[in-house]
Amino acid sequence: MSWTRFAAPQRFYPLAGRAVPWFAGLALLLGVAGLYIGLLLAPTDHQQGEAYRIIFVHVPAAWMSMVIYVAMAFWAAVGLMFNTRLASMLAVALAPTGAWMTFLALWTGALWGKPTWGTWWVWDARLTSELILLFLYIGFMSLHASIDDERRADRAAAVLALVGVVNVPIIYFSVKWWNTLHQGASVSLTKAPSMATTMLWGMLIMALAFWMYSIAVALARTRVIILERERGARWVRQLLGTA
Amino acid sequence: MTDASAIGIAGALRAVLQRDLRIALRRRADTGSALVFFVIVVSLFPLGVGSQFELLRRMGPGVVWVAALLASMLAMGRLFADDHADGTLEQMLLSPVPLSLLVLAKTVAHWLSSGLLLVLVSPLLALQFDLGAEAAGVLLLSLLLGTPLLSLIGAVGAALTVGLRGAGVLLALLVLPLCTPALIFGAGAVESSLAGLGVAAHFSLLGAMLLLALLLAPLAAAAALRIALE
Repeated sequence: MSWTRFAAPQRFYPLAGRAVPWFAGLALLLGVAGLYIGLLLAPTDHQQGEAYRIIFVHVPAAWMSMVIYVAMAFWAAVGLMFNTRLASMLAVALAPTGAWMTFLALWTGALWGKPTWGTWWVWDARLTSELILLFLYIGFMSLHASIDDERRADRAAAVLALVGVVNVPIIYFSVKWWNTLHQGASVSLTKAPSMATTMLWGMLIMALAFWMYSIAVALARTRVIILERERGARWVRQLLGTA
Repeated sequence: MTDASAIGIAGALRAVLQRDLRIALRRRADTGSALVFFVIVVSLFPLGVGSQFELLRRMGPGVVWVAALLASMLAMGRLFADDHADGTLEQMLLSPVPLSLLVLAKTVAHWLSSGLLLVLVSPLLALQFDLGAEAAGVLLLSLLLGTPLLSLIGAVGAALTVGLRGAGVLLALLVLPLCTPALIFGAGAVESSLAGLGVAAHFSLLGAMLLLALLLAPLAAAAALRIALE
């Protein structure tokens, strides 16, 4: 049995259906464990007090925002090159989760910034490039939404995602150099605080929880997209009882 | 497009370039509108933030660059739209000349009739912001390197949005985030010249990005056009 067996939406649909509860369950378990460690076990930071605890949401969200963009571009490229429908559907399903993670990273960053630096926003390299990443996600989704023909939308959005992937490092480094040029932010964010082991564990477990959540949501969304696009197919009509 | 073997690739590219330039010359109102937009946007800033020269000198490079970015995007929508509407684009797809080269020729023609005008008028705007002669020169050079880059990135966006509803706003949405590096180094060059620092690093980076875009953007735009017209 080849792994491409599940490239057919008809076969992927039940597979994803079986996988979603596992990933969702793991996300819940790891999330509870991670929050328990992060909020109750981890020691209070001697500089930032209790406010630092938002990193248990902030850092995993920021990681996921970047990982999902790469995953989205990867599946979009697979869909473009091999003309596989399912790969494009995965890319489209990943985009809203990625945008949500980017937004969450920015939002929690602002909530963290206010008590620690006294401001909601600084034009730091990481904040700025994260904001541009959010714009790239929005562009991908807008382009896909404004083309009526699904396959054409998939392919056009894939080209955009690939252009974006080439550009993301350029954007990141240019924003970084721009930032050092201006020396705007008085607080250095790059100084890694010496982190207690419990904090590190809490963050890693929360990161895993975010992975599981993202996979569960992306798979569930892929199932919905499959049903929507294959609504004319006999198996879907039988499944929905509309045949 | 006639038989490529008869006129050759260079001949075909020259024909596309001449045709697009002739169209731009005959539609002067269309061609000029982006330029007027550029001048108006730049002139609005002192009205919005106040006219102290101290402030304007600080803001000038960035304001001119952001306005150039917006004006380029405004003009970009026309790159493929008319050819798409009258079927010329389909003929280009069928031609034996590589589509990416035709796209490059069209982009060059478009830059000559939009971006270059912005470059030429920029020293006048520099006067409005009390930038000295040297800074105005650096601004002109940075735009000379930067606006072709904006046109090339914009060509990808124009190809992706050709024939769509609300293509203009969508084009800006897709392309503006990708243009941030050009903005940073373009405006940065003028600022570092004002601060008495060298501008070689900024120009080198702008030039490197321009070369990269020259290589990749026509290919991406050609792929997007094929998708749009399949």
